[in-house]
Formats: sequence, C-alpha cells, structure tokens
Amino acid sequence: MIESILEQQRPQLEVRNVSVTFGTQQVLRNIQLAIPAGQTLVVLGESGCGKTVLMKTLIGLVTPTRGEVLFEGQNLTDLDDRELSQLRLRYGFVFQNAALFDSMTIAQNIAFPLKQEGRWSAGEIREKVLAKLAEVGLPPEVIYKKPAQLSGGMRKRVGLARALIMNPDVILYDEPTTGLDPIMTDVINQLIIRTRRRNPVTSVIVTHNMDTARRVPDRVVMLYPLTRLEPDEPQVVYDGPPGELDHCRDRRVRQFVNGEAGQRLMEMLASSRTAETAGF
Amino acid sequence: MSTALPAEPAPQAQPERGWLDPLLDWLAGWGELVLETFAAIGDFSLFFFRTLVWLFTRFPRFETLWPNFHQVGVSSLPVIALTGTFIGMVLAVQSYYQFRQLGLETRLGAVINMSLVRELGPVLAATMLAGRVGSSMAAELGTMRVTEQIDALSAMGANPLRYLVVPRFLACFLLIPLLTIMADFMGVAGGHFYSVMVLGIDMHHYWYNSALFVGPYDIFVGIFKSVFFGSAIAMVSCYQGFHCSAGAEGVGRAATASFVYSFVLILFLDLVLGIVLDAIYFTLFPEGARLF
Repeated sequence: MIESILEQQRPQLEVRNVSVTFGTQQVLRNIQLAIPAGQTLVVLGESGCGKTVLMKTLIGLVTPTRGEVLFEGQNLTDLDDRELSQLRLRYGFVFQNAALFDSMTIAQNIAFPLKQEGRWSAGEIREKVLAKLAEVGLPPEVIYKKPAQLSGGMRKRVGLARALIMNPDVILYDEPTTGLDPIMTDVINQLIIRTRRRNPVTSVIVTHNMDTARRVPDRVVMLYPLTRLEPDEPQVVYDGPPGELDHCRDRRVRQFVNGEAGQRLMEMLASSRTAETAGF
Repeated sequence: MSTALPAEPAPQAQPERGWLDPLLDWLAGWGELVLETFAAIGDFSLFFFRTLVWLFTRFPRFETLWPNFHQVGVSSLPVIALTGTFIGMVLAVQSYYQFRQLGLETRLGAVINMSLVRELGPVLAATMLAGRVGSSMAAELGTMRVTEQIDALSAMGANPLRYLVVPRFLACFLLIPLLTIMADFMGVAGGHFYSVMVLGIDMHHYWYNSALFVGPYDIFVGIFKSVFFGSAIAMVSCYQGFHCSAGAEGVGRAATASFVYSFVLILFLDLVLGIVLDAIYFTLFPEGARLF
C-alpha cells in the first residue's frame, strides 16, 4: 500500500543538482527539477541558455558533469549501454530539425523504433506507420518519399510521428515550432495538446515561442544563460503555471515574455563601438 | 543616442611580465599539446575498443551491412584496378633503362612483382580506399552528427556504434584483402603488358625470375598488412565523423582529417609491420632461404 502511494508520488523524471560543463564553458549549474507523470512542462529561455542540453541530459544523450538524472527513480548513469538503449524505447524525442535519416524513406524513418524493438511483423509495422501518419495529418503517399523531398513543416510532423510510434511514456520536444510559419506552428501546438489528451504522456517542450508556452503546458520553467548570472544566482528564474508568466515581477522574465531587447541593444552598440576603436 | 551608451571600460592594467614568462608560455603551450594528444589517443582507443565489444557481442543486421559492403568493395574495384595497372606499367617504365644498362632486363619481373605484392599493392589499395571511402564515411557520419541523426539513433534505442561503425569496420576489414589481391593482380598484369609486350623482354625469363624471387610469404605479407590498413581507415574515418564539429566547415575538416590521419597511419603501420614480419620470417627461416 505504502509502496504504491510512494510509487505514485515519485516523479517520472527527476533532475538532481545537475551541472554540465563542456571544456571550460559551464552550461548548466545546479539544476533541480522534478517532473511528475502526465505533466506537460515547457522549458523557456533565450538561445544558448542550455535548454537543449538540459533536454538531452533527460534522455542520457549528455552525461551531467555533476548531479544525476532519474527516470522513475532509476539513475541513468548507472545503466550500461544496452539497458540505456532499452530504456530509451520508452522515450520519444522530437528533434529541432526533425533529424530524419536522409538515406531512408519516410516509412522506414517512422518504422525505425519498431524495427529496433523487433517484435512486429511487416504488416503490423505498415499499419502502425500509416495510422501515425494520419494522426499527424500527412497523406499516405509520403511514405515512399525521402526526407529531402518534404517541406520543413512536413518533416517536423514526420519527426513527431516517429517519436509517437512507440506510444512512449515521455516525449521530449526540442524547439518543435522553430522555423515554421504561424499556421504550421499552431498545427504543431494542437498536435502536442492532442497527443497528451489521447495518452497520459509526460511531455517536456523546449521552446522560445511564447504562443506555445502560454497555450500548451501545465507548468513553465525558465532558464537564464549562466554568462549573465552572478556565481550564486540560481539558473532557473521562473517555475510556475503559464498563466502567471505575464504577471511575473522578475525583470528577466518580463523582458523575455514581452520580447524587449532593453539593455542588450546598449551592449551590442557598445561592443560594436569597441570593435571600431580596435580597428576591425 | 550616444549619450545613452554606457561609458567604455577603462583598460585594465596588465601585470608586469618577467623575462621568463614567454618561455613558460611556450612550455605551457607544448604541455597542453601533449595532454591533448594523449587525451585524443585515449579517446580513439576507447572508441575502437567499444566498437570491438559491439562487434563480438551483437552482430549487425544484414540490411546495415550490405550497403557498406557494396560501397567499400564493388564501388572501389574499378579505381583500384586502374591504379594497380598503371603502377605496374610505371614500375616497368622506370626500372627498364637502369636494368638494361646492366643487361639484367629479365630481372624486371622479380622487381616489379616483388614491389607490387609486398608494398605497392596493399599500400595503394589502402590509400585509394582511404581517399574514396574513408573521406566519404567521415563526411557522411559528420553530417549525421551535425544534423543530430546520430543523437536520434541513440534516442530511439539504437546504439550508433553497432548501427554505424561496426558495419563500416567489417566492410573495410573483410574486403580490403580482396581489393589488395585485385590491385596486385592488375599491377602484375600491367607490368607484364609493358615489359613483355611493349619493351619486348623475353616472357619466359621474365616469369622465371619472378617465380624465383616472389614466394607465397611475400604475397601473404602484403595481404596480411592490408587487413591492418583497412581497420585503421574504418576506425579513423568513423572517429572523425563522430567527433565532427558543427557546420559545413566541420564536415569538410573531418573528411580531410580522416584521409590525412588514415594515410599517416597506413605508412606507420606499413613500416612497423614490415619490420615485424621480416623478423618473423628470418626467425622461421634463419638461412634467408628466399634469396637463391
């Protein structure tokens, strides 16, 4: 009884005190985050603040320099290559530029995780692929095409279909709407919302699109670039419901939400002036 | 507008540098280079070791092997055959006048065929493979790294080493001996064509001298070395592709680096293996029985 209650309270994903450093550059510092099962979380932040790196630590593509990442209480760094590969079948990852394999057709791309699992017949795979394609609103003819023959929006949707094909427990979206027109952005937002309604899935969405941040999640976390922080300031500058974003009193959050250049413009002008005087 | 700009920061006072400092900087630079080199060698060895572990624990699927075998084997045949033929003929052209002055032109068979099966066949086949296949592997894997396709593989539960590196390694490792045999054969044929049919050397003596000097051990040495060359090409190219830096420039650099490092490694292995295999031969046959 107690165990089952504990089980329910245990977050699906937990980031404990994670820091990531590449060479001499620190990207994440002491990040604490617990994501309960079924939650849709948006990670906001400007380019280069480490949101994609945080996302990649959640699936073990980036190993934290310090701290640990837990999936249902299981520390990812304790797993060997094969256990990690098995665990990753429970994730779906939608990459920023879809990351479709260009040597394969769309059908082969979407079917890839199923083949990896290796317990489905060719007929079942075909059926599942067509069903997922219909779910993301693509016609069945595209299955014979190569990724290069599709538009950006279609590629993103194929990427989404590929991430959804295994009915994962966790879906990670890396900037799902970047580079898309407003209509396609709305289509992708709706698809994310619809996916969550159909399955009780935990979603983490990394974005800098405010429309996505306001409409899609239950919770928003905002990261701030370390280069702009003092050594003792926390990197997470906002953690709360999306409705509170517009009322947040933190200057950094307000500036991002309203899209104001503010001090940055001054810095840019100053640095271009310095460059001029230096003779560039 | 300019009034709103923050004041420019005052230049910071530089600490006084002693006469020893440039020397220390120079030493630190070298130290850093040595550390980086050791780290890179360690990283490369680990990459190689993990590939071997995957190779022996779970064999790759046929559909990942076949395209690589085709690219390494079938597609490389014409260029390797062509190179072999020309090298055989060039050897005949270059050595003929020297040998004729001594009246030893029938020894050309021994010289050409010996150089081909021991050195030029394997080294040229490997060089062509490094240029044709190695760079393209590095560029392909580099592009996959840059466009996150390698991350996508991992994210979908496929190990990139098993899926991408092991098939390429196997293709190079298993097919380079066959490519070397092809280069040897075409070189021998080219040498024969130029020496016998163009320069008019007596065919019987040409081949008699060849048979006298070139033994099965020489042919074995060439083919045995080629296996090491093939492994080196596959590992260096895949490593460069996997560690490619971002952008078109990064991919280009990975392709170039894969060829340069493969070539240097081929030459280095050629020297080391040449010495080792000769030592083994003379241990087995202390009389030097091969000479006459």
